[in-house]
Amino acid sequence: MNNVFVYCEIEGTTVADVSLELLTKGRKLANELGVQLEAICAGYEITGKVEEQTLPYGVDKLHIFDAEGLFPYTSKPHTSILVNLFKQEKPQICLMGATVIGRDLGPRVSSSLHSGLTADCTSLEIGPHDDPKTGKHYDQLLYQIRPAFGGNIVATIVNPECRPQMATVRDGVMKKEILDPNYKGEVIIQDVAKFVPDTDYVVKVLERHVEKAKNNLKGAPIIVAGGYGVGSKEGFNLLYDLAKEIHAEVGASRAAVDAGFCDHDMQIGQTGVSVRPKVYIACGISGAIQHIAGMKESGIIISINNDPNAPINQIADYIITGTVEEVLPKMIKYYKQNSK
Amino acid sequence: MSGLKIVVLAKQVPDTRNVGKDAMTPEGTVNRAALPAIFNPEDLNALEQALRLKDQNPGSTVSILTMGPGRAADVIREGLYRGADNGYLLSDRAFAGADTLATSYALATAIKKIGTPDLIIGGRQAIDGDTAQVGPQVAEKLGLTQITYAEEILECGNGKIKVKRHIDGGVETVEGPLPIVITVNGSAAPCRPRNAKLVMKYKRAMAPMEMPKEGLPYAEEYAKKEYLTITQWSVADVDGDLTQCGLAGSPTKVKNVENIVFQAKESKSLSASDEDIDGLMKELLANHTIG
Repeated sequence: MNNVFVYCEIEGTTVADVSLELLTKGRKLANELGVQLEAICAGYEITGKVEEQTLPYGVDKLHIFDAEGLFPYTSKPHTSILVNLFKQEKPQICLMGATVIGRDLGPRVSSSLHSGLTADCTSLEIGPHDDPKTGKHYDQLLYQIRPAFGGNIVATIVNPECRPQMATVRDGVMKKEILDPNYKGEVIIQDVAKFVPDTDYVVKVLERHVEKAKNNLKGAPIIVAGGYGVGSKEGFNLLYDLAKEIHAEVGASRAAVDAGFCDHDMQIGQTGVSVRPKVYIACGISGAIQHIAGMKESGIIISINNDPNAPINQIADYIITGTVEEVLPKMIKYYKQNSK
Repeated sequence: MSGLKIVVLAKQVPDTRNVGKDAMTPEGTVNRAALPAIFNPEDLNALEQALRLKDQNPGSTVSILTMGPGRAADVIREGLYRGADNGYLLSDRAFAGADTLATSYALATAIKKIGTPDLIIGGRQAIDGDTAQVGPQVAEKLGLTQITYAEEILECGNGKIKVKRHIDGGVETVEGPLPIVITVNGSAAPCRPRNAKLVMKYKRAMAPMEMPKEGLPYAEEYAKKEYLTITQWSVADVDGDLTQCGLAGSPTKVKNVENIVFQAKESKSLSASDEDIDGLMKELLANHTIG
């Protein structure tokens, strides 16, 4: 009762990174609230495979739902699992990935339980709340913090009355950290038929193609990212040249993607990949809030921009005022001459 | 086949993609007046999928359902200009302040009033909230299943629909039963342009709340042509439960809103000179930041 729950997303038998990130966050929230962390894994032939992937993150109770028909994911069976389990367990918080699956499942569950759901949170905290209308005081609500209105404002959302307080978070926004490799959590193998009526299996997946991401932006220690200021598709060649030298991945802002300079899967930001590299070299990126939301956790930020007042400069550690064509060749030249 | 009954969920949104300097007031609140109101982009992709089904299945009807103030009738007119058959404007002060759950409640009650269609199609998400919640919540409230992130409707007939949809890192083709709720991605086919004949036909179409109390121009036309009056419903018209509408029906509350101000960091400013760049690279190499 009253625990923190995380819905774990599973591809085949592998738990998604975003779910492990949320388990890490969920553990912290549970500690702060003095409650337990529980995880839900639903899929097919996952028993014996998901335990060691999840328990080390500090999971006190792992609910496994293992049945044919639970993978690939379809909306209704997974909704029934969560709705019926939550009616029984009455969690106070439920977290899931702001992924295609989480954004398909979360709203259905929240609608069925009449509980509030906040999408794409960038930060989750626990805090008090005084309702200005009713004058009622609440201790320890979940602050669901997210950019709103196209990223121009940041809103803090609370669900004072309804439970669970539900939130989705994008991949890469939270940090993934094993609590204890030998953490002892209880594993509960649930009887799927008790949760999911046969009539739920109505959508059939006829064909499915999943590819591993072409780039490794999420895990890259160094990222060279280009914006509209790079000027052209050819202009990105300079970024690739530098990246090759310093073993970096190349990313882009939405403006550069929209302008056709590079592929959509290279987009960094609120609607693309969220990254936290050691070094982020922003080339000709002005720094829209949506972009910054996806890279502000980077260790060192180097901004190369001919506009000294570019918004990104406000969060940069090094500001180089100059054009990309001018600066990058100099960096490449120095590195070639002086490394090793 | 007798054709499909299709409802398109559409929303009028402020154009948050083109936010200018005056979009925020000095107090840090959103200045809605400075942002143009547009047809939510992904709802247009949804409309196109609906119109294609109508083209393929003679006898089908496409209705636009929207919730908002009087000016939201713009999206209905825009839909009529592109080939929709009629529209419903859900408008009532009691709907104001709704979060996604209260919004989907309102839309679901309106859909029940229309009579559950074969297909309910909307955009994946609206650009002013980016939540992608209303589609699935409407589906749940109507007891229907859903297919989200749709890229293309491949087949529809004999009580079934086959859809190509996006998933993380790939695509899948799924088949579901009718009736069903579909939400469509922005990467799906763009919506066809307005049709000049339809613009002529519907340019005077208005919801009652948009009409002047007295002296309605071309009043005789409205009397003759029923299709010029857009159906407008209040909470009472759809037998809505007031406790589930608007602010009262919203479990989520906005605690506070902040304008984004970046915290200024201590930073080093450099020029593009050889000296500065070499100095920076030397520093980064020396402390093993790179290399």
